[in-house]
Amino acid sequence: MEKVLGSEAVLLSLIEEGQDTIFGYPGGAVIPLYDRLYLKQDKIHHILARHEQAAVHEAQAYAQITGKPGVCIVTSGPGATNAITGIVNANMDSVPLVVITGQVGSGFLGTDAFQETDVFGLSMPIAKWSAQITRAEDIADTMAKAFYIAVSGRPGVVVLEITKDALTSETYFSYKKAPVLRSYAPYPEINQEEIAHAAEMINASERPLVLIGHGVLIARAEKAVAEFVEKAGIPFGMTLMGLTSLPSNHPLCIGMLGMHGSYASNMLTNKADLIIAIGMRFSDRVTGKLNGYAKNAKVIHIEIDKSEIDKNVQTDLSVHADLKTALSFLTPMVEKKNHKQWRAEFDKYYQMEYQQVIQKDLHSDNPLIQPGEPVDIISQKTQGNAIVVTDVGQNQMVAARYYGFKLPGTFLTSGGLGTMGFGLPAAVGAAIAQRKLPVILFTGDGGFQMNEQELGTIIQEKIPVKIVILNNSVLGMVRQWQNMFNNKRYSQTDLINPDFVTLASAYGIKAQKVEYRHQLNEAIDEMLNFNGPYLLDIVVDKDMKVMPFIAPGSAVDEMKLS
Amino acid sequence: MENTEETAKKYTVVVFTEDKVGLLNRITIVFTRRHLNIDSLTTSESEVKGIFRYTIVTKCTPSLIKKVVDQIEKLTEVLRAFSYEEEDVIAQEVALYKVSSDIFKHDRAVVESIIKNANARVLDRGQGYVVIEKTGFKSETTKLFEDLKQFGILQFARSGRVAVTKPMKELEAYLKELNEAAEKSNQIRKWKLSN
Repeated sequence: MEKVLGSEAVLLSLIEEGQDTIFGYPGGAVIPLYDRLYLKQDKIHHILARHEQAAVHEAQAYAQITGKPGVCIVTSGPGATNAITGIVNANMDSVPLVVITGQVGSGFLGTDAFQETDVFGLSMPIAKWSAQITRAEDIADTMAKAFYIAVSGRPGVVVLEITKDALTSETYFSYKKAPVLRSYAPYPEINQEEIAHAAEMINASERPLVLIGHGVLIARAEKAVAEFVEKAGIPFGMTLMGLTSLPSNHPLCIGMLGMHGSYASNMLTNKADLIIAIGMRFSDRVTGKLNGYAKNAKVIHIEIDKSEIDKNVQTDLSVHADLKTALSFLTPMVEKKNHKQWRAEFDKYYQMEYQQVIQKDLHSDNPLIQPGEPVDIISQKTQGNAIVVTDVGQNQMVAARYYGFKLPGTFLTSGGLGTMGFGLPAAVGAAIAQRKLPVILFTGDGGFQMNEQELGTIIQEKIPVKIVILNNSVLGMVRQWQNMFNNKRYSQTDLINPDFVTLASAYGIKAQKVEYRHQLNEAIDEMLNFNGPYLLDIVVDKDMKVMPFIAPGSAVDEMKLS
Repeated sequence: MENTEETAKKYTVVVFTEDKVGLLNRITIVFTRRHLNIDSLTTSESEVKGIFRYTIVTKCTPSLIKKVVDQIEKLTEVLRAFSYEEEDVIAQEVALYKVSSDIFKHDRAVVESIIKNANARVLDRGQGYVVIEKTGFKSETTKLFEDLKQFGILQFARSGRVAVTKPMKELEAYLKELNEAAEKSNQIRKWKLSN
């Protein structure tokens, strides 16, 4: 066997893992790695982002669309610290990433050398696993472990810090994928008693409610969940991250859960007598005030991460399992039912929401365009055949509420961390990952400007991202809270913006500004039909409030329509 | 639902881990994130070569300790984690007291009877000082500290708790379970990949 350089060992490991597309940004400590990458361009396509944070978001979106772990390479010091936000974002939303950061030579560790940061230490509270590699011979084994840990069980981010001397010294290379580790059993064995008990509780329930989380998409359990809810006839709501698990127009779907979810799902959470939570973590944005949550319900929690069970909501029965496996046993044991009357109760609340909120959001007589309108029009024109990406804030909530999703995994958003600036790079990653479906970004003027430099990546990679800026010249969601809770003291939420059309044209990206409702339809058609990237700057009403709303500290059934 | 009326108790958390750099940090971060103080922490190699044992004493509520233990056990390279209430552990601490050798000149009888009654011993005598060692419960090492205080204590150091637990299987039995779980997990993983 011939020896290879440590940097080659990194790239050979990526090839072993079937990684042909990676994201990153070069710098001093990873020059040896980029040097070897130059010689492997035929096997590995590297996307050069314009900022390390964006590179990680791009890798995250790529991972979510392809189902493979995303890979990102950044340099030591500032490269790594810039990547931190992206790392936390992906880890909180359980997306598998392997982030490789450079590090100064092992002899300089701990000396405050140029561009030295303790990335291994920094990564500890924010990554699923991390390791520092100081010897070339440790690279292959650590990479194999990293990919296995990132993608298995509840996925997450693995951070590998590799010192410069490990990259430049020689080693023999042999690779063994998915090593079995005794300290890590990501897929627990099914406990048949728990399954039988769950089936009993479900069969006895009169008003059951299923909550679907991101875990369903991660476990590829969409079909299994559909079979389960359809057989048992149980209405279901989806968390923000769980959206697209089943189509929005599914007859049993009662909308999104949580703070800005549907009125029906929230108001009736406390009327349910059984809640079956599937692959979700009872985030505070879903539960509202905890002691006012699920007051009349027993709770069954089916979840792969044991530490999530009984963390926020005390369960009556927990099933610690891979969802697909658990449902393959559970569904045959539940009785075929039709909770027609119970399902109809949700419709009553939907009617109230329609009249007081949806009507105003989508068919407004306000002369100013409401942010929901472009979402609704694009939803109708694309019929769910698109990948929808959002930034964070009002744009995110209106997109989640008003886009009609059809295909699993076609909605990318920043859930747990709520990272403004996520949208544009995530759209880039999604467009790199596939060319079948158009990628449509709904972003705000605030969040867009947090990572607008990625327009550069778009033109370098020639990707046809459709950017819709819902431009209200304010930080809309913060302003909404200031309006509701701070007596309209709009502290630091007004933005003086550049002309986004001119900005786009500086990058050679076609763009158009829309100020009036009558222009909307045609402008959207032009954007969707245009072969290439397109930016649509839509001026919207800054006084629109995302409703309904569970105020912080309130219970789910205290949700307000206005 | 969360019982906010719970009162804090003393817990001994026992963690078994692989021998890896950085694990101590990762474990203590779980306490820090929950704003828990660590009263004492000791670590040593366990009865099985290559496996390390952490003994961590903290005060918190029963429901919180369960969450903390689950979050520690979730860490890759942590093998198992447990929490025990006071009645389930046999624990000792070592305390060292450095005092001036002068006190043996002036109050020899009193000092020697204090040492004898405390079941302590003289560990070392040097130029002008004597080191007394006492192994016992924290209450005992504290009592000896109080008794010697009148003569002046030059230095005092006390170890964290070392503890063994009453209800626990042998580590080897847990390792066997872990190996089986990892193997079964791998079978499920392969089933998932082929489906």
